[in-house]
Amino acid sequence: MAMQADADFKTKLQIWLPKLVLSPSVALMVVFVYGFIIFSVYLSFTDSRLLPSYGWVGLENYSKLWRLSHWETSITNMGIFAFLYIGICTVLGLSLAIFLDQKIRAEGMLRTIYLYPMALSFIVTGTAWKWFLDPGIGLENVMQSWGWTSFEFDWIKNSDFAIYTVVLAAVWQTSGFVMAMFLAGLRGIDNEILKAAQMDGASNWNLYRRIVIPQLRPAFLSAFVILSHLAIKTFDLVIALTGGGPGRATELPATFMYSYTFSRNQMGIGAASATIMLMTIAAIMIPYLYAELREKK
Amino acid sequence: MSVATQDTAIRTGRVVRTLIYLVLLLFALFYMLPLYVMVVNSVKPLDEITGGGMMNLPQVLTFEPWVKAWSAAQIGVEPTGLSPYFWNSIKMVVPAVAISTVLGALNGYVLTKWRFKYDTILFGLMLFACFIPFQIVLIPMARMLGMMGMAGSTSGLVLVHVVYGIGFTTLYFRNYYAVFPTELVRAAQIDGAGFFQIFWRILLPSSGPIAVVSIIWQFTNIWNDFLFGASFAGADSQPMTVALNNLVQASHGVKEYNVHFAGAILAALPTLLVYIVAGRYFVRGLMAGSVKG
Repeated sequence: MAMQADADFKTKLQIWLPKLVLSPSVALMVVFVYGFIIFSVYLSFTDSRLLPSYGWVGLENYSKLWRLSHWETSITNMGIFAFLYIGICTVLGLSLAIFLDQKIRAEGMLRTIYLYPMALSFIVTGTAWKWFLDPGIGLENVMQSWGWTSFEFDWIKNSDFAIYTVVLAAVWQTSGFVMAMFLAGLRGIDNEILKAAQMDGASNWNLYRRIVIPQLRPAFLSAFVILSHLAIKTFDLVIALTGGGPGRATELPATFMYSYTFSRNQMGIGAASATIMLMTIAAIMIPYLYAELREKK
Repeated sequence: MSVATQDTAIRTGRVVRTLIYLVLLLFALFYMLPLYVMVVNSVKPLDEITGGGMMNLPQVLTFEPWVKAWSAAQIGVEPTGLSPYFWNSIKMVVPAVAISTVLGALNGYVLTKWRFKYDTILFGLMLFACFIPFQIVLIPMARMLGMMGMAGSTSGLVLVHVVYGIGFTTLYFRNYYAVFPTELVRAAQIDGAGFFQIFWRILLPSSGPIAVVSIIWQFTNIWNDFLFGASFAGADSQPMTVALNNLVQASHGVKEYNVHFAGAILAALPTLLVYIVAGRYFVRGLMAGSVKG
């Protein structure tokens, strides 16, 4: 009898074991991801300031948020930044990938060089570019000491242009990654089709425009999704490169959220801005992940 | 890298090829530029930098900035240099990488070989967690760490990095195990092997490559994290990135650019070394995280 019960227990255990093993991760996810999201979204409807508080204020934080010039600046900057960052990374990544795909000698080394910035922290990238672009010691100073005395390049200190220095550093960091994504796409294209088209006398330009690039659609989609989610999350780079300045010239939603929540004690407004960031990313990621997971089945 | 060796069949003329090489080289210079600036300026005296010589090789070679950045620079209130923060990062990264990789392997195993209803939805939920803007969890996380008595501690940071790393590690192992022959698992089951035995004897021995991918990815991500470190670390658990930022942004005294550059290299060195030694796996991780498995 005892043995029977023991065997029963063992079979039951084997049935439950997989779920048991999965459960710590699921519990962590339910609490720390989705529970926290609900909590933050809830806070965005409350009068929380220094600490969470549970007085319901409806949409007041959102209407306050959209009236803040600080938020408006962050959103405008995000628009400029995301547009240029995604656009330049895509064009540059695709061009480099196409060039690298022409039986280039030392391709491996070039690839390594193009991609190493991805291994660095944004704080390191920010530090390097911050001093290189600094007019006092960096490029401007160097050019002037080389004899080009009228050379001026003060974008990082100029509130009309500082956002473009963030674009520059961000493109430097991630364009190699986009290159790798397109290169993988290019290597997946069937060479026979290209050879046939070439026999028919199609020019290289037309080959790429008509045959190759249309086949890279999945790579374009992945690049767009990854880049836009990186753009929305951009935080460290701005902190290290410009600190959000000069003035508020390079503030982005992520830096806005941080300063409103932790330095200005406007937690309700901070939570509202975080909710907007989440919804933007969700609008891009959820359809993408849904399609990817469905395809696999 | 999932990039196969086959190049395009497209033929190009000699002039075009020269131009292509030129462009490729030019961009290689562009990508190398910040590294060059960091390295040469970390080994020269400060007056050579301020005198307009940022792009020049050092006239006087000195390793003083490195020594200062490592052990004497003023960070926060104490002139400790970056060394204690380097060790803080190590103490945070090692357990976080180990735990998240082990959990990822087990999750991947269950999600592919012990499938159940709604497992794909569950995985989708885990995967989405990788991409959320972490601003959405900062406030409750700070409260939770406080309630658990882990505020400002290294173990708190380990927990945070494990929680938000599981999605990626699970993704890697799931995609890897998905193509592992399920018949082998079923055969072992018929022979009476249990859940852990199958994992240990059959899947794990062939999991080397994906474990490397997962470890490298987690190591790089956690080492380079700034947001969580800046939000949740205490004075004696601050990671390297936060300390470097404090060093560079310090408003008091003379700005010692050479020390900043040396510090930046110190912060970059571990992940850069990993990239140089095992770049192939790093790229594989990057691609798996973006273009599916």
